[in-house]
Amino acid sequence: MTNHTADVSHEVHRDDVGARMGMWLFLFTELLLFGGLFLVYAVYRHEYIDQFRVAAMALNTTVGALNTIILLTSSLTVALSIAALQKGNKKLSIMLLVMTNILAFAFMVNKFFEWAEKIHHGIYPGSDTLLNLPDGQILFYGLYYIMTGLHGLHVIIGLVFLSIVMVFIMTGSVNKDSYVKLENAGLYWHLVDLIWIFLFPLFYLIQ
Amino acid sequence: MQDEHSTHDNHHISYSTYLLVWLSLVAFTSVTVTVAGINLGDYTLFVALCIAAVKSALVINIFMHIKFEDPIFKVFLAISGFTLLVIFTLTFFDYFYR
Repeated sequence: MTNHTADVSHEVHRDDVGARMGMWLFLFTELLLFGGLFLVYAVYRHEYIDQFRVAAMALNTTVGALNTIILLTSSLTVALSIAALQKGNKKLSIMLLVMTNILAFAFMVNKFFEWAEKIHHGIYPGSDTLLNLPDGQILFYGLYYIMTGLHGLHVIIGLVFLSIVMVFIMTGSVNKDSYVKLENAGLYWHLVDLIWIFLFPLFYLIQ
Repeated sequence: MQDEHSTHDNHHISYSTYLLVWLSLVAFTSVTVTVAGINLGDYTLFVALCIAAVKSALVINIFMHIKFEDPIFKVFLAISGFTLLVIFTLTFFDYFYR
C-alpha cells in the first residue's frame, strides 16, 4: 500500500468506487434523518407562518451568513486538500485539512455564542420565557435547537473524521495512490455543508 | 467493474475550478441575504430555497464529484431525492385533506 510510484501495482485488493458508493449510501440515510426534520419544519411553518416570521427576526442574520461563508470555505479547503494529495503534494494537503479544522472550529465557536445569547435571554427548550410565547414560536425555537444542534453534532463528527484522516496522511497510509478515505471524509463534510445551505435560509432569512 | 482508478485518473479537478465554484457559492450567499431584505411577500422563502437548490447542485456536482462518478451514483441520488419528494408530498396530502 505504500507504493509511491505513479503506476499502481495491485498487491492488495482495493475497490475505491465501492468504498465511495458505501459512503454515499450512508449519506442517503443522513439525508432521510434531516429530511424528516425538514418535513416537520415545513408542516409547522405552514401552520404558523406569521409566528415563525416573528421568531426568526430574533435570530442574527449576520452571524448566520458568516457561518455560511465559513462552512462554504471549509468545503473548498477539503476539496482542495483532495486535489493537492492527488497531485502528490502531501504538505499542502495536510495544511488545507488543518485550515478546514480551524474553520469548523470557528463555526462551532460562533454557534456557541449564538446559543449562549439565546439561552441568556431565557430562550431554550422548556424555559419559562419560551413557554409563555405563542405555540408557533415555541415550535420555531424547538426546531431551531434540534436542527442546528444535530447539525452541530455532525460538524463535530466531521471534525474528528477529518482529523483521523489527516493522521493517516501524515503516516502515509493515505497517499497519492490511495486516498479514498480522504474522499469519504470530504463527502461527509460536504453533506454537513449541504444541510447548512438549507438550514440558513429556513431559520435566518424568513423575516 | 472497470478499473478502479479510471474514474479518478480521468477527472482530476483543478484548483481554479474549485475556487470558481467557491466564489459562485459565496456570491449566491450574498444574493440570498440581499434578496431576503426585499419584501417579496409569499415568494421570499421560495426564492431563498431556489438559490439554496442551485448552491447544493454546485456542491454535489463539483465538490462531491457526482458529475464525474459512474451513472449508478446518479441513479442512487435520484432515487433518494425522489423518496424524499414522495414523503413530503404524501405528508402534505394528509395535512391538507385531513
